[in-house]
Amino acid sequence: MGPLIPNGVIPAEWDSIIAILIGIAFGFVLEASGFSSSRKLAGQFYGYDFAVLKVFFTAALVSVIGVYYMDYLGYLDVTQLYVHPFYLWGAIIGGIIMGVGFVAAGFCPGTSLCAVAIGKIDAIVYVGGIMVGVFIFSEMYTIFEPIYNGYFYGNVTLEDSLGINPYWFVFIFSMIAIVAFIAADMVRKRVKKVFY
Amino acid sequence: MTKDKKQKNRHVYWNPYFGGFLLGIIILFTFYMTGRGLGASGAMKSSVVSIVETVAPTHAENNAYYSQFITEDESPMKTWLVFEALGVLIGAFISGGLNGRIGWRVQHSPNITSKRRLLFALGGGVLFGLGAQIARGCTSGAALSGMAVLSTGGFITMFAIFGSAYAFAYFFRKNWI
Repeated sequence: MGPLIPNGVIPAEWDSIIAILIGIAFGFVLEASGFSSSRKLAGQFYGYDFAVLKVFFTAALVSVIGVYYMDYLGYLDVTQLYVHPFYLWGAIIGGIIMGVGFVAAGFCPGTSLCAVAIGKIDAIVYVGGIMVGVFIFSEMYTIFEPIYNGYFYGNVTLEDSLGINPYWFVFIFSMIAIVAFIAADMVRKRVKKVFY
Repeated sequence: MTKDKKQKNRHVYWNPYFGGFLLGIIILFTFYMTGRGLGASGAMKSSVVSIVETVAPTHAENNAYYSQFITEDESPMKTWLVFEALGVLIGAFISGGLNGRIGWRVQHSPNITSKRRLLFALGGGVLFGLGAQIARGCTSGAALSGMAVLSTGGFITMFAIFGSAYAFAYFFRKNWI
């Protein structure tokens, strides 16, 4: 029963090799989907290209349906999976700052790595910027510490927070995504084309 | 430029639903294998910790943030996310190579200069790096991997990133359209 490495089905020595293999697949799919282009990524914020939105939400849906389906079939124990912790203000403030960085630079960290791999100089500068940002955070850690460690609600899922059945939530989430995809196509038809 | 009706994008990419499906399968596989999700900014954090530890070891040990990632016997670079990030570079290089997209260049809108593009890329990077530390993860680690297990924090981070990017898009429009 999964997850395989934490449960000792696959020895822990394989961890790093699997990390590289998963990374290769991740990088390949991101690049092939066009995520190495900042102008394509920024398109979602101006309505001329919604590929990122579609890739992102399709991936989220496929993975969440897959996780719960494998749990249902008994191949994967969902309670053993790592749940990203919920620090209320850390998530909101950090997210808002990331959003500004996203639309200013047209990259997020994962996509910038893909762009670095194919020689985009702006992406190399961007990665340098991220490292400066991490450095600033670390050096001023005492200032950020209250929001970084405060308002902690545990490693909770929406099931814990809202008390709704995860299956129903996945269903509603899928419906919202489909509506969003249709709306995105309608918006794109009305917006002036940008070529890149 | 936009008057030419037959104008096309320079590169043709995968159908987004196909790419998204495969990406979802990769995330599912990652959870099935390791019990955790993907990430990207983690590797850059490890790099910073590693650099600071090499340049100023005592400073790194005394800092309450760096010291969380430093252990006696192992380099801070020896983490799952660093290996994964190396894989991302390899995978993207293969895909870019197969499609003839490799080459040194600064990609920007014809309406702005390269210098402006690089300045905004740098500033955006600084903000993203800072934000990713405050939220303990970026679009990959917090939002995408968090959503796969219905993490409340992941959903909130996702809404904050996209909401803020749409809200501030107006101020950066000259860079893109």
